[in-house]
Amino acid sequence: MKKELIELRINGRTLELAVQSNALLLDVLRQDLNLTGSKRGCDDSSCGACTVQVDGIPMLSCTMLAASYQGCEITTVEGISDGGGLAAPQKAYGDFGGSQCGYCTPGFMMTVRWLLANNPNPTDEEIREALSSNLCRCTGYTQMYQAIRAVIDAESQQRPAEMAEATRE
Amino acid sequence: MSEFFVIGKSIAMVDAAGKSTGAGKYADDFSLPGMLVGKILHSPYPHALIKRIDTSRARALDGVVAVVTGEDAPNPYGILPVGHDETALAVGKVRYVGDNVACVAAVSEEVAEQALELIAVEYEPLPAYFDPEQSMTAERNLIHENRPNNIEKDYHHVFGDPEKGFAEADYVAEARYLANEVTHAAMEPHCTLASFEIDPHSGRQGRLTVWSSTQVPYYLQHKLSLVLDVPMSQIRVIKPLVGGGFGGKSEIIPLEIIAAVAARAAKAPVKITYTREEVFWAHRGRPRTIIDLKTGVKNDGRITAVACKVIQDGGAYCSYGVVTILYSGALLGALYDIPNIRYDGYRVLTNKPACGAMRGHGTVNVRFAFESQMDEIAATLGLDPAEMRRTNLLKPPTVTVNGLRVLSYGLPECVSQVVTRSGWRERRGTLARGRGLGIACSHYVSGAANSIIRSDMPHSTVNIKIDRDGGVVVYTGASEIGQGSDTMTAQVVAEVLGCSLARVKVIAADTDLTPIDLGSYSSRVTFMSGNAAMRAAEEVKKNITSAAARRMNCVPEDVVMAGDRVWKRGVALPDADEAAASGHVDGQILRGSVLQSRKAETVKDHMSFEEAVVAAIDFHGGLTGTGSYAPPVEARGGKHKGAGVGPSPAYSYSAQVAEVSVDEETGVVTVHKIWAAHDCGRALNPVAVEGQVIGSVWMGLGQAVQEEMIWKDGLMMNPGLLEYRSPSSAESPEVECIIVESIDPEGPFGAKEAGEGSLAATIPAISNAIYDAVGVRLREAPFTPERVLAALRAKRGAKKVEMTEGVDPTEPQTFREHGGALWYRGKGPQRHAEDAARAGGAR
Repeated sequence: MKKELIELRINGRTLELAVQSNALLLDVLRQDLNLTGSKRGCDDSSCGACTVQVDGIPMLSCTMLAASYQGCEITTVEGISDGGGLAAPQKAYGDFGGSQCGYCTPGFMMTVRWLLANNPNPTDEEIREALSSNLCRCTGYTQMYQAIRAVIDAESQQRPAEMAEATRE
Repeated sequence: MSEFFVIGKSIAMVDAAGKSTGAGKYADDFSLPGMLVGKILHSPYPHALIKRIDTSRARALDGVVAVVTGEDAPNPYGILPVGHDETALAVGKVRYVGDNVACVAAVSEEVAEQALELIAVEYEPLPAYFDPEQSMTAERNLIHENRPNNIEKDYHHVFGDPEKGFAEADYVAEARYLANEVTHAAMEPHCTLASFEIDPHSGRQGRLTVWSSTQVPYYLQHKLSLVLDVPMSQIRVIKPLVGGGFGGKSEIIPLEIIAAVAARAAKAPVKITYTREEVFWAHRGRPRTIIDLKTGVKNDGRITAVACKVIQDGGAYCSYGVVTILYSGALLGALYDIPNIRYDGYRVLTNKPACGAMRGHGTVNVRFAFESQMDEIAATLGLDPAEMRRTNLLKPPTVTVNGLRVLSYGLPECVSQVVTRSGWRERRGTLARGRGLGIACSHYVSGAANSIIRSDMPHSTVNIKIDRDGGVVVYTGASEIGQGSDTMTAQVVAEVLGCSLARVKVIAADTDLTPIDLGSYSSRVTFMSGNAAMRAAEEVKKNITSAAARRMNCVPEDVVMAGDRVWKRGVALPDADEAAASGHVDGQILRGSVLQSRKAETVKDHMSFEEAVVAAIDFHGGLTGTGSYAPPVEARGGKHKGAGVGPSPAYSYSAQVAEVSVDEETGVVTVHKIWAAHDCGRALNPVAVEGQVIGSVWMGLGQAVQEEMIWKDGLMMNPGLLEYRSPSSAESPEVECIIVESIDPEGPFGAKEAGEGSLAATIPAISNAIYDAVGVRLREAPFTPERVLAALRAKRGAKKVEMTEGVDPTEPQTFREHGGALWYRGKGPQRHAEDAARAGGAR
């Protein structure tokens, strides 16, 4: 199959790429761009390890045709750190044991980032619901909840919740 | 205040940042220039002779560089010395649907997949065996010709006098239990990248480097050497980050060898990554296990004898099977005081993917049966199940009737803790209809006291190098697989040397750099590598304190190292200045001894860590240390055949209470909460211990209520993470972990295992809770809605509904194949005329 030129916006940069029209976004990220943070854990969009954000919405890059996402703002786990340091959920996942083997963690990071951006004060039930899009085989999820709760608590102690919502984005 | 500076505090793993930023590299994240993609052709038959393989059309396809088959690497290998029954690719015969037949190395995945379609293989189907009890009666068409009756191994152990024990019993319970097959389903699919270098002297293919998702890099190096006929010294195995193992990467998985064979033929680096379906075929998980269990007790609940017959459906190859069947018997001991034991274990071959080691290796299914039967006995005799467990406690230090030495024993406190936290006494029996509480206990080894390859080699060795920069580099062969091995090593070394954790860099699991270590399995790392790390650090410390003592005019024993500083015992330390704390000391370290020595002539009573290091290097001419660990002879078990498996220098203990509710209309079991108390000796990193315990309990929960490999004619019907039903966060209950510290006399700082022992108690805790909730005893796991409903209907004498027909989970009899519309490629496998499964189903 012949390749065609496409333009993708990834982590705030515009990239011109030659890809086959059937190329999956996950393969383009991992193989063409060496952005190997997004993982492949299954072949049927069931595990969430390949989660990226497209215009802020978590999506599974293992079942997305790269060429179909031109003009969208794609964010991968490589694009979510806080000025080169760990963003709050990244730090908390380490501190509270939210990741063990870490293979699912990039996917969870993308989901958690979406959750906190859209619902800064989720209930426990809402956290569980949000995280159910991603599978983990190590942690049993409990320490992830603790990590997320700690991020939320730290955030709310620094400034009011509505301020937090306005400054995030 | 704690007597420790580094250990005992919850800290993030030393590799945590790479995991949450995506910067950490797993095997599939590596690529090399000119790298090819390898794809494997799998057998569509469960049992067949290979008459002919024609690869010519595949070879002719543009982009295909090499095609390899069994003949390219026919040397047999296997993880156990007694079980060398695998070859890289099938030689003459395939033994399960998914067995490896050929491998294509091509420029892209697409081309490789096209090439697989072009390989013509002529098979002659043989009768296949899927039910172990049926397989055991086979006399012809054996799966392996040297295994009569398809029995891989059987053991018959008698300890004490079981007949007398049963005669003394006031009550004897007897039942059959069945636990269906489960697999690890680690999030990272297996991946191996293999690359040969050209030897500068011969000009031919020389050293091999392999990056692989493995828990056992040294075993891989050894088996590669065996299959490729290349000395181990010419093979380098590098273990990058591993995305979960749970035992599924604790032996050599076919692709690890196949990638190297393909790279040798292609004369280029080859990477093979399994698809998720291939991961299920590679398997090596927990075998379906049939347990016939008999327990005799006195009226007060004291156990007088246990007789246990175990049949394991081992799949087509030996794998760890001999060890699994031995663990199933051996770990009947060391949890409770059982004076008389009879054990008959059969590891049986069937035409399905090989089973191997999985978290809680060999103990989990038997523990399900045992703890369920205890609950049944308690109910019959009117005893409190928690009290019945207290009645049967061991009295350590002791050696059990089957030769297991038990020193530290936190089980009594574990039971007390979960009874208190769960409100066991107050709440049990008072819950709403359909809701119940169940209790169960379990234990596990902290590493096997005898290695699988008999030798006098230490089980773990750790090297330490400290240089003038004050950095502590630790070289360990222990394999970090997400459990915290690297972090544990760094903590132990920092604690001994009294330095900050930031100084310590761990280089792990690279066979060229690190000293040999058996790997990450049987929960051995903290105990064995931890002890080796401690001894290496103590050796280094001795050299530092002896040099520092000269400068301080004191004996080495009076030199104290802590908090990145070194001082003479008893002196008043000035406040730590910023320079010392930050690890920066005026640059004199690299400028050498000329400037140093002038300073050094003055007697000091305290110095920074760097100063002490430089003093030691100047005095000793270098600063390195080595420590190793081998289990003590007293802990290595008895003399009977098979005594090598089960003994451990220390055992972890767990007690759990589960709270469940059962929907009597649908049969759905909801687990609301599990209280899990785990005796880990000492928690070196409490947050990591909790993570291991919660993760074990959660994995047990999966096996208890929803995970199950479903088979039809040897084909797995649910080879995907959704169909296999790994629990998501929406289905996962709260787990409250209670750490119990019994301070083991031989563990590093008293530590024992934390990563496996809790799993086994979860399944019976849930089944016992189901009984408490609705009064049905489920003797077949997992407790799916179909099974629970069938049991509930059977209890009230209702007609069996179709989906549960022929199944009574309260009295499991035999293996049954599942129906299903999916047949291999729409056609269903061709079956041999004598295939028992063909005529009248599997029974």
